[in-house]
Amino acid sequence: MAETPQTPSDLSTFLRGLWRENPVFVMTLGMCPTLAVTNTVLNCLAMGLAATFVLICSSALVSLLRNFIPKQVRIATYIVIIATFVTVVDYAIQAISLELYASLGAFIQLIVVNCIILGRAEAFASRNGVWKSALDAAGMGLGFTFALFCLGVVRELLGSGSLMGIPVLGSRFEPWSILILPPGGFFVLGMWLLIFSVIRQRARARET
Amino acid sequence: MEDVSLPTIFINACLINNFVLSMFLGICPFLGVSGKRETAVRMGLAVIFVMMVSSICAYGINAVLDHPSVNAPYLKLICYIAVIASAVQLVEMFIKKTSPALFKALGIYLPLITTNCAILGLALFQTSKGYNFLQCLVYAVGGGAGFTLALVIMSGLREELELADVPDVVKGTALTLMLAGILSLAFMGFAGLGG
Repeated sequence: MAETPQTPSDLSTFLRGLWRENPVFVMTLGMCPTLAVTNTVLNCLAMGLAATFVLICSSALVSLLRNFIPKQVRIATYIVIIATFVTVVDYAIQAISLELYASLGAFIQLIVVNCIILGRAEAFASRNGVWKSALDAAGMGLGFTFALFCLGVVRELLGSGSLMGIPVLGSRFEPWSILILPPGGFFVLGMWLLIFSVIRQRARARET
Repeated sequence: MEDVSLPTIFINACLINNFVLSMFLGICPFLGVSGKRETAVRMGLAVIFVMMVSSICAYGINAVLDHPSVNAPYLKLICYIAVIASAVQLVEMFIKKTSPALFKALGIYLPLITTNCAILGLALFQTSKGYNFLQCLVYAVGGGAGFTLALVIMSGLREELELADVPDVVKGTALTLMLAGILSLAFMGFAGLGG
């Protein structure tokens, strides 16, 4: 696609994270939670929204403080900011649903080291205003949620024959239990990446 | 309760619940650094070392923050990450001072360890399992060894794959992930060991 060298509008800042620069499918960032928690759709949505919340809050705060943070210690500062919001989310989920908290396990706390968040703080929020940064973060977060959802649907539907815990494929369906086990995560993500690269190659072929 | 003898902890962390292939921790360096066998080995060794240091630190943090006079468990996460980041920095400076050759060999991989979720994961898991000091240390070495093992096997496979003739579309991450899936399938065979 031809890039026009103008300042991107609010909408395109938001949409960029959803599709063209999707953090998981295009930039392959944040792979660990993508693989680990996508065995049911519910887990995916919870993880995606938790990460989106942390992403928006920390991007906004980093952008607010961007003129006060000395350059040498910026990474450490970002990490402390992110860790603070992750602690908030951690306690919130524990208060809302203990069951969900148990099934996500340590991965809530591991949002701290999710490269997407630190990546956006460093690459976007530290150079742009609060509103733009929050929009960008929201787009990236929803893109991340969308990617998790794509994986979760396939894994839960084929791996246990249900969606959101409700059986949909009937009792005659033999579940492919491998898909909810660890190797399934690698296979399904590999398949999605393959599909996306085929789509991109087609688009490129059509242009020329 | 599960068996907590030291060899069991080691085998558990290294093979049965391999950090990379069955708990999905440290996937980023696993995909990024597994191109060449030599760098994979060096990265693995650096990770084992940092894991040991941060495991000891996390044990200390737990002892302080859970002490009745402090009692601030909500600070744990922030402390862990700050300590890991500074531990990596310290290790970097120490290696630079004592062995410039090793420092050069590790290069960019050393600072990258900070964002390796296997390290933070280790600190969180050892806390939730309630290990004592010695058990923590063995768990850290086992986890690091498992990480190194996965990384080295993967890099060996990828070096062979370079010579194979594959369609253009699947080249890159997609193929690597498929390979990791098959490897992870193989590691599931260890599940019968000890439990």
